[in-house]
Amino acid sequence: MSALPSNRALYRSGPAALSWPRQVGAGWWYQLKMQAQSGFVVLVSLIQPLIFASIAMADQQAGNRTLPLLYYALGAGIMGIWSTVVFGCGGALSWQRHQGMLEPLVMVPAPLIVVLLGITLGTASVGLYSMGATLLWGWLIFGAHIHLVDPLAFGLAAEVMIVALGLLGLVLGSSFVLYRNANSLSNALEYPVWLVCGLVVPLSLLPGWTHYLAYILAPTWGIKAMRTAALGGDPWPAILWCAVSSVAYLGLGVILVSNVERLARRHATLTFQ
Amino acid sequence: MPPAAAQSGEPAIEAIDLRRTYRTTTGTVRRRRLEIEAVRGISLRVEPGELFGLLGPNGAGKTTTIRVLCTLLLPTSGQVRVLGMDVVEHPRDVRRQIGYVFGGDRGLYDRLSALDNLRYFADLYALEPSLQRRRINEVLDLVGLQGRGSERVEGFSRGMRQRLHLARGLLHDPPVLFFDEPTIGVDPVGAREVRQVVAELARAGKTILLTTHYMFEADSLCGRIAVISKGKIVAEGTPQQLKAGVTARTVVEIEAYGVPEHTVARIRELPEVEAVTAEIHEQVQLLTVQAREGSQLTGRLLQLLEGVRVERIAAREPTLEDAYVALVTA
Repeated sequence: MSALPSNRALYRSGPAALSWPRQVGAGWWYQLKMQAQSGFVVLVSLIQPLIFASIAMADQQAGNRTLPLLYYALGAGIMGIWSTVVFGCGGALSWQRHQGMLEPLVMVPAPLIVVLLGITLGTASVGLYSMGATLLWGWLIFGAHIHLVDPLAFGLAAEVMIVALGLLGLVLGSSFVLYRNANSLSNALEYPVWLVCGLVVPLSLLPGWTHYLAYILAPTWGIKAMRTAALGGDPWPAILWCAVSSVAYLGLGVILVSNVERLARRHATLTFQ
Repeated sequence: MPPAAAQSGEPAIEAIDLRRTYRTTTGTVRRRRLEIEAVRGISLRVEPGELFGLLGPNGAGKTTTIRVLCTLLLPTSGQVRVLGMDVVEHPRDVRRQIGYVFGGDRGLYDRLSALDNLRYFADLYALEPSLQRRRINEVLDLVGLQGRGSERVEGFSRGMRQRLHLARGLLHDPPVLFFDEPTIGVDPVGAREVRQVVAELARAGKTILLTTHYMFEADSLCGRIAVISKGKIVAEGTPQQLKAGVTARTVVEIEAYGVPEHTVARIRELPEVEAVTAEIHEQVQLLTVQAREGSQLTGRLLQLLEGVRVERIAAREPTLEDAYVALVTA
């Protein structure tokens, strides 16, 4: 039936790992494409960040606070990004299962972590929209002065944070593969992370033990890096910490996903039924 | 190291005493643990190039068996090998050599085009980038979707989705293919096209394991069939061999209106009756009664059906479906 050589010749030659970047890239691109075509995702990404931004900036103006509007706009933007990641990763994997896609995705020869990485990075990238929309809204409605002290560091901080959040989503997502209803956890994870990472109130107001939690969560370093890059200060330690946390999440993700795949095959949780 | 492919004389697919148990819980306040034995000691051997059918009613264990063979489920016990590779020890090597095509609407990205669905999986299967476009066109052509590739899948009919499932399963040109009820819910013309592709693949030398509910499908496509019931293989052989198992039977078909349950039960209790099935076609009930060869049943059946409007009663030759019914109701 096939004019092509046998399937051995169809496969890319060389070590399988050479295909991983392309596989992650394909997952990222098609996930982004699907999210962009979902009316629900677009609506949530459009409306939610604007509500956060409006509350934060109205609060700043009403309270005659000394910090610039941009400070609040960035916090609101990162709240939006976290919401996208936590709902997106849980929702994306539940949706894959609902669509009957988890089985075909597990059945490919690529490691499951490579497949999930593309999906979670794609979802996290949608969060960048939240940041853009928040800044635009702040400028248009509240007259926020959008001047970035170090635009290069700001861009890099945004990218490193998206990767870190995507990888954090991967860690969360591994539990979503194993447990059919685990994505309901995403509702419970949204607000505590905002709080613990200092997005709602300053970290200094929170009990000491919460600081340890804040140190291991990428949004803490993401907001610090972006605020210092935008408003002045040294953003590089925070960018570095964000990158280090990415590596840690990736390591944790590798361990979790390899175990999760085996457990999912044992407990038959790849299907929706 | 896993073997690269089946050695000469080695089966393409082999299961030895395969068992699979599901654990679940029931009850709201007092939770109870339940164990369901979906597959209870299945052994089968499919030779390279063979088209093997797995027939059985819903819940018989067909899909569980195929999912274990495809590396999607771990067996509770037993050995399972594909092309000589153990599916538990070497799942990734097995996945490179198999294709899995399942029936139904799901299992595709609706918001993407058919081409994007195939491009994504071509990457996930690590196909050589320079060969991907050619291979995608080839499989689209094979399944009759040439020219429709750029359309979004959400606009596809059930038959077109099924053909896209097929295309994806064939992308990496695997030597072993698993089809899980590939024509379920597809209209007759679409189902015939799917069967034609399956037959073509078998002629091209692919090893195929197919599960189906449809007797004629198994009869026309499969070289050998295993009938599975309650997690066990109850018969195995060529369609002719399975039919031969019921040729020594008398089959009587009755078309009637309003046959009460207790009358069906009394027919079932007749000493020479082996199996009774009751189906409803529009308003007519169709009872198929299988009895020992030479049984003179017609008179006694009419006696039992007294007061019931009987449209037709006739004896006929046993078919593969009768063999199947006899096996799964035994």
